Amino acid sequence: MSATTADSHVFRKTSLHRQRLWALWGSYAALAVFVVIFLVPPFYTIVTSLKSSAEISAQSGSPWMVNHPTLDNFWYLITYPNFQTYYLNSAMITVVTVAVSMTISVMAAFSLSRMGFWGSQTLSTGVFLTYLVPPSLLFIPLFQIVGWMGLINNIWCLALLYPTLAVPFCTWIMIGYFSSIPKELDEAALIDGASYVQILLKIFIPVAMPGIIAATIFAFTVAWGAFLYPLAYLYTSNQMVLTVGIISDLIRGDVFQWGKIMAACLLASLPPIVIYAFLMDYYVAGLTAGATKG
Amino acid sequence: MADGTTIPVGMTPARSNAGGSSSMKRFANRKSTTAFLLCLPLILLVGCFVVYPAFYAIYLSMLNKKMTAFVGLGNFAFLLKRHTFQLVIFQSCLFAITAVVLKAFFGFILAHLMHNIPGTTQKIWRGLLLVPWVIPLALSTLTWWWMFDPSYSAFNWILNQFGLDNVPWLGVGWIARLCTITVNVWFGTPFFMIMYLAALKSVPEQLYEAASIDGANARQKLFFVTLPMMRNIISITVLFSLIVTFADFDIVRILTSGGPQDQTHVFATYAFQIGIQSGDIPLGAADSLFMFPILAFAAFFVLRGVTQRTKEIAA
Repeated sequence: MSATTADSHVFRKTSLHRQRLWALWGSYAALAVFVVIFLVPPFYTIVTSLKSSAEISAQSGSPWMVNHPTLDNFWYLITYPNFQTYYLNSAMITVVTVAVSMTISVMAAFSLSRMGFWGSQTLSTGVFLTYLVPPSLLFIPLFQIVGWMGLINNIWCLALLYPTLAVPFCTWIMIGYFSSIPKELDEAALIDGASYVQILLKIFIPVAMPGIIAATIFAFTVAWGAFLYPLAYLYTSNQMVLTVGIISDLIRGDVFQWGKIMAACLLASLPPIVIYAFLMDYYVAGLTAGATKG
Repeated sequence: MADGTTIPVGMTPARSNAGGSSSMKRFANRKSTTAFLLCLPLILLVGCFVVYPAFYAIYLSMLNKKMTAFVGLGNFAFLLKRHTFQLVIFQSCLFAITAVVLKAFFGFILAHLMHNIPGTTQKIWRGLLLVPWVIPLALSTLTWWWMFDPSYSAFNWILNQFGLDNVPWLGVGWIARLCTITVNVWFGTPFFMIMYLAALKSVPEQLYEAASIDGANARQKLFFVTLPMMRNIISITVLFSLIVTFADFDIVRILTSGGPQDQTHVFATYAFQIGIQSGDIPLGAADSLFMFPILAFAAFFVLRGVTQRTKEIAA
């Protein structure tokens, strides 16, 4: 490669242009390869969910194709009382978790970012550290504690425990968003005689709506997908949520009803996928807020 | 004033003579009281279900199986002597380190590729690449399990098409270990991608222009502009992911339940097996406490990175 000289300005421009174009198409090609690899499992879930048990066990031809597509698996699940229970339980616990977590974290974040009290700095750091404590470190002592409260095999123990997974990060996000609101705004409101509760409800929550959406999605994701706590503390099917219900109910001994399992996975993944499809931008913005500012 | 009774202990009383100042003081008191009350639910929640269990775990781990006698560090010593537990330590480290390195590597490549393409199409590609991360892990791991199934394996079918023999995916120790790592990399790479992409976007364009004028090539730009600018985000993301991966439960539990011959057990799944399934709660607590040193190490540096980052942003 020879260095381009100043006199061949036009040549330089087109070569740069060509280089850019190559980089662009190269990126597209490489991304396409990655997308295909990444989407193999979801694709296979859909393919299997459309097969009958007979077709799955026949093993004739490619497992990656559907020869006789059927919606029987989905119909079976929708009319299957246990699956309905799991879905309702999941939805109920998720709604409660999101409501509780958001209330706690918005209140705390407002207080920590704006009002402050003795030790509030330490508390902010502590909240962030709590976020780094994984559930697998705590589930055994919590088993005892849940036992004392008489909540073993009671779905409401999840409503107590899930917020511990969601609140630290939600608070962290909200502190970031609240801190970015100009101080003049609440000072003006204070001078006009607004109380702190009014400032929170009428100024902070509306202004920090993107952050609230991001934190809500996080709480939703945690509550919908958590696996360890329900697996450890629930054991009868009327108390189970989707993640553990599918595994314990559709796998009986050595009999794997893969068509139904995959259909159930698909149905259970639908709410997160729909939510992310619409609100992904908010979530990504909230998640990377600390990284991109400045 | 009715709320005068809720002034926290340790608050110095108003000494100033001016009436205006004393009412200001009272206002300040009221403000910090409200502030504390707003934080109270958070403090209670974290105190009862995070801080207390953490200390209780330490106490539990020093009891005997029936929880009737204090055995000191006996459980820890017992675990360390056990061959299965030595395998658990090995596999946990292998799993976490390999998976995090691979996720960071692929995430970095993906972020760069995404950064090359224009913004409008970027969103669609990003959406497609984030699918693995959006599906609840416990559910997508079921699909992987089904793809690794010994008799109906979708992967073996492809191998057979090329004339290769069946591979017992989850039946042989090392292959099963690689399978668990693969699933974790598949699930976690999108997270690295979006973090790195955000960091890439925050690198000012002028730096690259200046580097170009100085005659830097693409490789030099990567090593002397991009990487130093992303250093902080890379370390925060890697350490954070190290914590999450190290403590991972779902993948190993569903895919192998620790088998074959306990070769894929990680700390979390082993603690579940001995603590919940076999009912030896103190031993399980001791097992999960072995995670603590590495988690504390990573958490310390994450916190330092985040504080540094916040200061940089504020400056």
